[in-house]
Amino acid sequence: MNEFLHQLASGLALGGVYAIMALALVMIYQATQLVNFAQGEMAMFSTYFAWKLMDSGWPYWRAFAATALISFVGGIVIERLVVRPFAKAPVLASVIVFIGLALIFNALAGWLYGYSVTSFDTPFSGRPWLGNVYMSAHESGAVAVSLCVLALVYAFFRFTPLGLAMRAAAQNPVSSRLVGIRVGWMLAMGWGLAAAIGSIAGMMAAPIVYLDPNMMAGILIYAFAGAVLGGIDNPFGAAFGGFAVGVLENLVGAYVVGAEVKLSVALAIIVAVLVWRPSGLFGRRLVARV
Amino acid sequence: MLTRRSFLQSSAAAAFAASAGSARAETPGVTDTEIKIGQTMPYSGPASAYGVIGRTETAYFKMINEQGGVNGRKINLISLDDGYSPPKTVEQVRRLVEEEKVAFLFQTLGTPPNAAIRQYLNDNKVPQLFVATGASMFSDPQHFPWTMGYNPNYQTEAHIYAKHILATKPDAKIGVLYQNDSFGKDYLIGMKDALGAEHAGMIVKEASYETSEPTVDSQVVTLQGSGADVFLIVATPKFAAQAIRKSFDLGWNAVRYVTIVSASIATVLKPAGLEKSKGLITATFGKDPTDPRWKDDGGMKEWAAFCAKYLSPTEFIDYNAGYAYGAAGTMIQVLKQSGNDLSRDNVMKQAANLKDLELPLLLPGMRINTSPTNYSPIRQMQLSTFDGESWQLFGELLMG
Amino acid sequence: MMSGSSGRQRRGVTLAVLACAIAFPFLASGYHLYQGAQVLILAIALLGLNLLTGFNGQISLGHGAFFAIGGYGAAILTEKFGVAYWAAIPIASLVCFGAGFLFGFPALRFGGLYLALATFALAVATPQILSYKGFDAWTGGSQGVLLAKPHAPFGLLTADQWIYLVCLFCAAVLYWAARNLATGRIGRALIAIRDQPIAAETMGVNAALYKTTCFGVSALYAGVAGGLSAIAVGFVSPESFGLSLSLSFLVGIVVGGLASLGGVLFGALFIEFVPNLADQLSVNFGESAKALPGAIYGLLLILIMAAMPTGVAGALRFAARLAAAPGARSS
Repeated sequence: MNEFLHQLASGLALGGVYAIMALALVMIYQATQLVNFAQGEMAMFSTYFAWKLMDSGWPYWRAFAATALISFVGGIVIERLVVRPFAKAPVLASVIVFIGLALIFNALAGWLYGYSVTSFDTPFSGRPWLGNVYMSAHESGAVAVSLCVLALVYAFFRFTPLGLAMRAAAQNPVSSRLVGIRVGWMLAMGWGLAAAIGSIAGMMAAPIVYLDPNMMAGILIYAFAGAVLGGIDNPFGAAFGGFAVGVLENLVGAYVVGAEVKLSVALAIIVAVLVWRPSGLFGRRLVARV
Repeated sequence: MLTRRSFLQSSAAAAFAASAGSARAETPGVTDTEIKIGQTMPYSGPASAYGVIGRTETAYFKMINEQGGVNGRKINLISLDDGYSPPKTVEQVRRLVEEEKVAFLFQTLGTPPNAAIRQYLNDNKVPQLFVATGASMFSDPQHFPWTMGYNPNYQTEAHIYAKHILATKPDAKIGVLYQNDSFGKDYLIGMKDALGAEHAGMIVKEASYETSEPTVDSQVVTLQGSGADVFLIVATPKFAAQAIRKSFDLGWNAVRYVTIVSASIATVLKPAGLEKSKGLITATFGKDPTDPRWKDDGGMKEWAAFCAKYLSPTEFIDYNAGYAYGAAGTMIQVLKQSGNDLSRDNVMKQAANLKDLELPLLLPGMRINTSPTNYSPIRQMQLSTFDGESWQLFGELLMG
Repeated sequence: MMSGSSGRQRRGVTLAVLACAIAFPFLASGYHLYQGAQVLILAIALLGLNLLTGFNGQISLGHGAFFAIGGYGAAILTEKFGVAYWAAIPIASLVCFGAGFLFGFPALRFGGLYLALATFALAVATPQILSYKGFDAWTGGSQGVLLAKPHAPFGLLTADQWIYLVCLFCAAVLYWAARNLATGRIGRALIAIRDQPIAAETMGVNAALYKTTCFGVSALYAGVAGGLSAIAVGFVSPESFGLSLSLSFLVGIVVGGLASLGGVLFGALFIEFVPNLADQLSVNFGESAKALPGAIYGLLLILIMAAMPTGVAGALRFAARLAAAPGARSS
């Protein structure tokens, strides 16, 4: 039982990171119907930025806020400079551009910072929270942060004019333009928000998995799986999917098939669930208009 | 099999026909002022962390060239990217051998890439020197006389751990964490070998991980749950650090062994937490640049000066860079010994004739020896344990 | 659909390319022949993926898995069961057809992104499954399998020339087959399913059958390519079939031009040679920049997409139209 709870807890802790990352994917997907394969490497690069700031003496939360802000601006810049020119190209051309971006960020980080792993500070320290001996303070903190991010994303889309405008631009660009929404900027905002959310995922992941240029590769795979599992058009679904994948993968490895093929089996289970519910667990069913 | 080999030799003969006419037919890649050697490195792709080996060796030869080269010849190392993909390795090696006409290959990296080119190089009698992998298959002079390993092979190292466990804890229950590829599996094989059939039951649990996984926390929990009281960590630095930290955080009181690949203080134990790393055991052959005990060591000062001039502080603490420094030094010794006869035959002969070579970063007393029947340049290792600050050597020099 | 003169032009270009390709082995060195064989192998895999993704609109990020089945299939059949390579490749690719056909069934349920995930999962899982210890006896586990190089009949040619010509033969036959598939009734059905799925169904096109068969055929192409690759390289291991292989296939068809069969040649040339180019360029950025080929490759990728968003084939088509336009006006 003890072991089971440990497996559950470590799955949840990492699931929190997947959930934040999945939210970042949702941001861009909602605006453009595309999955940004470079999201993970962008988040990794942001995390190195935060590390540099802390290394030069900045206190944690200041570096955290600065990184999220810079990532937001960086996301907008990338959208404007690199992604926008492909708005009218075939969808797969954009996918190739994402692959190119991912390669660039990965190699650049390796060149600038080397490939050795680095430890990364956490603001959550001290004794385990609420007597939860199964999670370290940071792991509890990461789960809390992911829930906060989820709440903020929800509130942003539900209650702020900007959030509403973004949703409108994504769902019906033509009508949105007619009522005066600058659709192009809304897409850029989506990228900015995704980059900022991704940077938070990176900063929450780094104390657990350590900071290195390949840090986010595995995390992105699981976040992608989680987002699709939960329903990528729905922030709640995607976040739930992230947590579910974290736990599922641990339990499959520990109790079902052993570690050697747990990745394959976990992925197979996700595909099987999708066969059963093709738009994800909480996704909207798409009804085609004839 | 035989027909295939003779056939390939004849096609290789055709490939070298161009050089056959010249007077230096037997010494491709060599002129009076230069010797050209080649290697493949994963500068891009999943194993790019090892690219530092190629960069360090390039820098080392640059230093040698600035000092006048070897016997008046400058060393020209052509280091090509293979992305750790065997088909690409084959392509690049054929380019090196057939187009660039290098004298020989040096420190091609990785088990799968080297496995893919070994037959080709042996068929064509091109030395494949000091391959950068610890797989035991590359020290087999009887079947592959043109291929030589460098570092102690993974199985040898595993034998050392197994013997130590049998001697100190004969009723141990062993849990093994290993990377699910040839690196991890070689250790597992070595461990089972050395324990033998009668102790096979001592390994109570094996748990593997993929490099694409974010953490190994779950595997460590599983291993602890198996009741193991010895924990062998066969992992690359990032995952080893995670395993060291997690096993401590779980309050698991196992005797923990960590392999040489991930025993660096700066890049593994510090991220894991020095306090959490106390009591770790490893077998090693080199000095850890980040271990304070070597601060005033002569060899270490040499390494530091080299890094300051040719590389950067990032490389100074990198285990792979220090490893490459030693391999490049060994290569220079082979060239010096070969004198003016840099034919492939003689280079191979001299590589198999190293006697008591000492290197700046090898542990005191440790020497490199090779012979026509011994293709494992570094065979000795010494056990050491981590006291929270540095590695304390104990026992004597061991040979698996 | 196509005017007679442009059809004749196209046939002329095809024949010229074929003539060059046949002359190549008697002019080039062994190393270049190896590269040539790699290009042909990649082109075969890209043909298959382009049938699926370009013509039928089903995206696959996992064709490396079928390539791996073909490669391991050929390796195991030749080395463990003593089957001749010319028999092993067709057998292995039929296995691929079966695997692809079966995978096509769950794929029916998925739209774009979900299919991308399912196939992506396949690519991620491939190396793990290949090194699974239950299959060690056949696959050699993580050690891989070494293959003997095939002889040319009667020893008339070197091994490199022979392998190249075998690859060329397979590529030519498969190109011809793909051309017939794509331009005929079946091709029109595939495109109709891609662009107007519901209309196609109401017109009586059995979409499910077409889609699963298309998946199977596409996997068969990847399987032939994988088998040829195993023989040309002489070695297979889990590392040969990682995620990056699947992604490079996708890069290949997009760079070459979606739904363009001739474009696959450009795509194959791109994924074979541009990484080498990136490696060479990286030297220009100083010694420490040996870490950069990945970044340079990424940059080249983005630049080429910016220059030719519809791939090389699309750009050529555009250029041809420009060249033809003034002539059309004057006549």
